[in-house]
Amino acid sequence: MKNQIDYLKLRAALGHISRREFMGRMGALGVSAALANTMLAGAVRAAGPQKGGTIRVGIQGGGSGDSLDPALAANATATMVSQMWGETLVELKEGGGLEGRVAESWSSTPDAKTWTFKIRSGVTFSNGKTVTAEDVLATLERHSGEDTKSGALGLLRDITGMRAEGDSFVMELNQPNADLPYLMADYHLIIQPNGGKDDPTAGIGTGPYVVKSAEPGVRFVFEKYPDHWDSNRGHASTVEMIVINDDTARMAALQSGQVDMVNRVPPRTAALVDRAPNITVNSKSGPGHYVFIMHCDTAPFDNNDVRMALKYGINRQEMVDKILFGYGSVGNDTPINASYPLFTDFEQREYDPDKAAHHWKKSGATDPILLRTSDNSFPGAPDAAALFQQSCAQAGIPVEIKREPNDGYWSEVWNAQPFCTSYWGGRPTQDQMFTTAYLSTADWNDTRFNNETFDQLLLAARAELDEAKRTQMYSDMSTIVRDEGGLICPMFNDFVDALSDRVAGYVQGGPGYELMNFFAPVKMWVAA
Amino acid sequence: MVPALKLVVQRVALGLLLLFLVSVLIFAGTQILPGDVAQSILGQSATPEALANLRAELGLNEPAVTRYLDWLFGALQGDLGTALTNGASISESLGRRLGNTMFLAFWAAVVAVPLAIFLGLLAVRYRDRWPDKLISGVTLASISIPEFLIGYVLMYFVGVKLGLAPSVAMINDTMSLGQKLHAIALPVAVLTLVVLAHMMRMTRAAILNVMQSAYIETAELKGLSMFTIIWRHAFPNSIAPIVNVVMLNLAYLVVGVVVVEVVFTYPGMGQYLVDHVSKRDVPVVQACGLVFAAVYIGLNMIADIVSILSNPRLRHPK
Repeated sequence: MKNQIDYLKLRAALGHISRREFMGRMGALGVSAALANTMLAGAVRAAGPQKGGTIRVGIQGGGSGDSLDPALAANATATMVSQMWGETLVELKEGGGLEGRVAESWSSTPDAKTWTFKIRSGVTFSNGKTVTAEDVLATLERHSGEDTKSGALGLLRDITGMRAEGDSFVMELNQPNADLPYLMADYHLIIQPNGGKDDPTAGIGTGPYVVKSAEPGVRFVFEKYPDHWDSNRGHASTVEMIVINDDTARMAALQSGQVDMVNRVPPRTAALVDRAPNITVNSKSGPGHYVFIMHCDTAPFDNNDVRMALKYGINRQEMVDKILFGYGSVGNDTPINASYPLFTDFEQREYDPDKAAHHWKKSGATDPILLRTSDNSFPGAPDAAALFQQSCAQAGIPVEIKREPNDGYWSEVWNAQPFCTSYWGGRPTQDQMFTTAYLSTADWNDTRFNNETFDQLLLAARAELDEAKRTQMYSDMSTIVRDEGGLICPMFNDFVDALSDRVAGYVQGGPGYELMNFFAPVKMWVAA
Repeated sequence: MVPALKLVVQRVALGLLLLFLVSVLIFAGTQILPGDVAQSILGQSATPEALANLRAELGLNEPAVTRYLDWLFGALQGDLGTALTNGASISESLGRRLGNTMFLAFWAAVVAVPLAIFLGLLAVRYRDRWPDKLISGVTLASISIPEFLIGYVLMYFVGVKLGLAPSVAMINDTMSLGQKLHAIALPVAVLTLVVLAHMMRMTRAAILNVMQSAYIETAELKGLSMFTIIWRHAFPNSIAPIVNVVMLNLAYLVVGVVVVEVVFTYPGMGQYLVDHVSKRDVPVVQACGLVFAAVYIGLNMIADIVSILSNPRLRHPK
């Protein structure tokens, strides 16, 4: 029997028999489905990447207004497109930490204020030019310049000086930042020849593919760049990316074999899609979270008892079950979860109507709480608001829901009204997440959180190179946000991808966003 | 023919005035919507600096009237400007999208118009008998179901289950005509089902109306076959209302296919418009609106003129 299993594993890995057939035959040999699945994945990996063929991606989140300029990338399609033709200095590594791309190595002075990135030698842009430290310098200049529109500008504020020294690129900061290399993994910071100052939309970078055809919002075609420096990337000779924003159409395209992988499977139908032959649904937890945010400086939310009442009045598990259909995990009123590098677990806050009622009475508030929501604040937000209303009612807290239009929600309601539903995509490090939205001076401090101890801890953690101490600091900060902040975080949503058996090499889990942090077409290969 | 010429000139002038009014309305509408294009481009990740930089670059700090007049003078010279969101030339992208939409509309019309008229004639021939009732029943059912639902149903059964036609109607320049037609099979089927009933029923009603006339009775008494009477005598006299309804439906095929294009991910005008409306990209929305309005006004004008020319009494007024 062992021989038979091995034989089948090999056939399946090489794509001679389909996954469904493999599973069926394994079942006949008395192997459980779960075990057979694991065996298959292992066999496919062991067979190694196959070269050639076409990978076709059906992707949600892209419009005809998109640009090839990575500085303006603001959706899934634009991000995946720029990672096809370009690379950043460093990348988030599967299993944690960072991996050098354009940068070979990096180091800092002990005060974490001066950082040096050594540029990998022999890396060429797709126009044949060799990458130099000057190109890196120009790229960072373009993203941090006075008149930049770059989405990465917020990350680069602390830079006081940059220079190229031979094959190294040096950055100086006005305050210590132990996480600086993580910032360089931001998807906007694609290294371009002369920083893209000549033509930011040229689509020329050091990635494993070159742009062959680009119709924003419709279709992109990429061809392998034969001189790419890393042979572990870019296995398919062609990658075709089709923008399919409609959920049903995207799933139909995958099921009818027109595309090999899709992102953002609607949780509602994920189980049904998984049941289809030759299709696997994969989900991974990420830093993205659905939130209810209160302004800590506006009545009645300036009273911590009101905030605590609402925090105890939400049923987190119910939200995960009914809004995310199980594709997610419960939150703990802090934006940090296990997907962050220096995370420590602490006590989970549960739904407790008695405690909620206690805090509500203590606060002395009686007027109904007005909660604003809209469909685009997160998928299922109006339903989540209704669940919240019900669970609060059981604690005697009156909540009124106001449905706002999708149009203008991010400009008129979010970060403007005192209580609303919203979404955060998360950040790669605690420091970035806290700095972006919880530091008292942050532009997007959407909970109007102003806590001196918290601010001091945040600055101190940046300069702390001792990991154990930093871990403790971040844990303390999460506790402060959880017990005093304006954030109600009921759930972290999973990224849900679906793939056909035609492609192989998918890595479960891993950092960043969906479809292997948008690297799936670059790292996977055609199996059949 | 002089009165007819005068009529054409009048209609064209009115059409242009309408187009101008439409452009004012569209511009005003996009101004009322909350948020501006800079905010829409940057989304949730907008910092005050980035917003200010982008607004200055896009010229959003100019007053609305100035922006409208700038655009109008450009448009009069054939320059529709560049999209605010990605800086691409609107005329160029619009041209390609319009071509795609026309391609889809053309093939839908090629299938739907003869089919509708033929079914209409057939319904008259077998009036009040089972073929008439069957045709009416089926076409009415297909027009009553929302087109996106018909789209999903066809996508599921024909595209996913049977695998006969692709569920994503993606066409590009490298495809042959045959491949393109295969790609758009499902949207063409949906559009045909949607416009069929209207045209077919109008054909039936118009011809039945004529069939009451004395000269039809004469033709019957002469011993002509039923189908010859319909085709030779009744149909030419009911052309005016039929052309009207055909033109209305052709206009729908061009301007009303937004939903179908989105469902089948077809790279036409509809999807282009939807993408840019959500980004508050005023020049593109105006250009699309103008094109849509021009198509609508143009086709209606043709219908008017054809119905007048087909009627000798209107052609030679006293």
